[in-house]
Amino acid sequence: MNRLNWQRAAAVFALLMFSAGLRAELQIEITAGVDKAVPIAVVPFGWSGTGAQPPQDAAAIVAADLARSGRFAPMDRKDMLQRPVTGAEVDFSDWKIQGSDILVIGQVVQGAGDQFEIRFQVFDVLRGEQLLGYRQATNAADFRRNSHRVADLIYEKLTGIRGVFSTRIAYVTVAGPATKRIFRLIVTDADGENPHIMLESAQPIMSPAWSPDGRRIAYVSFENRRSEIYVQDLRSGARKRASARPGVNGAPAWSPDGRKLAVSLSRQDGNLDIYTLDLDSQMLTRLTSGAAIDTEPAWSLDGQQIYYTSDSTGGPQVYRVPALGGASQRVTFEGSYNARPRMSPDGKQLAVVHNDRGNYRIALVDLARSYTQVLSDGRLDESPSFAPNGETLIYATREGKRGVLATVSANGRIKQRLSTVEGDVREPAWSPFPPN
Amino acid sequence: MTMMKSIAALLTVMLLAACAGPSKSTVDENAAGSTGTQAGGAMSSGVNEGGMGQGAAMGGSALGGPGASQENRIIYFDYDRFDVKSEYNPVLQAHGKYLSANPTSRVRLEGHADERGSREYNIGLGEKRAQAVRNVLLLQGAASDQINTVSFGEERPAVTGDDEEAWSLNRRVEIVYGQ
Repeated sequence: MNRLNWQRAAAVFALLMFSAGLRAELQIEITAGVDKAVPIAVVPFGWSGTGAQPPQDAAAIVAADLARSGRFAPMDRKDMLQRPVTGAEVDFSDWKIQGSDILVIGQVVQGAGDQFEIRFQVFDVLRGEQLLGYRQATNAADFRRNSHRVADLIYEKLTGIRGVFSTRIAYVTVAGPATKRIFRLIVTDADGENPHIMLESAQPIMSPAWSPDGRRIAYVSFENRRSEIYVQDLRSGARKRASARPGVNGAPAWSPDGRKLAVSLSRQDGNLDIYTLDLDSQMLTRLTSGAAIDTEPAWSLDGQQIYYTSDSTGGPQVYRVPALGGASQRVTFEGSYNARPRMSPDGKQLAVVHNDRGNYRIALVDLARSYTQVLSDGRLDESPSFAPNGETLIYATREGKRGVLATVSANGRIKQRLSTVEGDVREPAWSPFPPN
Repeated sequence: MTMMKSIAALLTVMLLAACAGPSKSTVDENAAGSTGTQAGGAMSSGVNEGGMGQGAAMGGSALGGPGASQENRIIYFDYDRFDVKSEYNPVLQAHGKYLSANPTSRVRLEGHADERGSREYNIGLGEKRAQAVRNVLLLQGAASDQINTVSFGEERPAVTGDDEEAWSLNRRVEIVYGQ
């Protein structure tokens, strides 16, 4: 091989390594689980099709998802005494002896072209009865996504709560030396796999926010050395500048109908105030005024109210204002610092950044009882975002001097840490449920 | 798995990344970081050429104007505050007078916050700080069209570190000439 070919080979190798590195970018580690995770056996799925195996190991994806939830403890494959594929092959006594409460079996069946069916059954081992039987259709490209969907269905059957394994997470990474930093807006699957770089810039990227249909992301980019709000389509990558008015253009938040953004603008007078921006007509409606910093808007579920951060009484506290305009009302009273409200999916709580005896932590504010519960235990925690089922929050924290992500269940019991191989990760935003 | 198969699988992954998934936009990277020194127009003597760090102004450095040393182009603030401390009056007076005497000169005030608390609120603090410095410069005779403000919040710290010393150096407004 001559020198040029060697170089070419090296370049291809680097590219392959890069893809491989990207696939494992976000490492997830459970740091606290429930005391009694339910023992479950997810038997490797059978395969009926051409070729040696299906596109992905669906059973392994399902088992990893269930383990990551912190609520299930999947049995190690090598400990399985039998590997049934159909219900007729199941001998419950073996599973009972080995202590599995739940058994999942299945097979992947190849159809025409690149179509597949993931057929699976869930059994209650103690009662010896089937809890769920389902056929999930997929093509090769969406095989992983649909394996997550299988995990969602199993999770929902067993817990009564819709699973979020097939959702995605957007976040911002910062890499490189201080003088040459690279900011990236990245979207991955909820398990940290399958990352896509949405935007790469030498200037800061901030505040990613999912549209309610999960198809677009609004964010703030300083690529023109000032804050501007963009809306980018996930699939095509096409993007539009939504606001580049004089002064600050910040904190975009989608209305529940996806037609408006609530934003914080400083415009000519230099005061940050809350506005709504109609994306089609570009019509602005001003909701707050005055010298205070008003920012970080979040819509109520019905779109009638907008919660936001304001320092109008000194330190930052959460207020709310009617989305069509009206008088503002203070919402948080406990503690000197409550900022960046995010509405829980059931509309009953706000997640906020709360100063807890000098530490910045994630807290839940109960709207009916005005009760504040601190959920995280870091020094510099920020940017809470709810999973669409409300069970878990993801937020940004520190590990040593590095920025990492962490999740905590809304009851505070289950905790995970998500970190990249190098650099900082920040500003996580959990996607809505995918369309069915 | 055979070698051919692994290559095929990797190619599939790459193709999927290229076709099926969300596409990526890359921003023009020409815009350099803004924390370095900007040599402003006519007066170049005494301008700190070396970017961050060395405040080695040559000869008699001016308090205000583009010839001011780095330390005379940064105003620091207290935690969660945006009032300009009186110790900066002489420096801001000098910058204001320079702008007043040089109506074609332009400054950009870059407001920053420390890393504590929420990011967009910190954008608000940075903007308030830049506005506070702007107001002082206006009082000292600068015209409003000479001054541009931008807030980077906590996104562009001057120093890394998570203690009060680092934080106090990051709560700042940088006066950048020639913008």
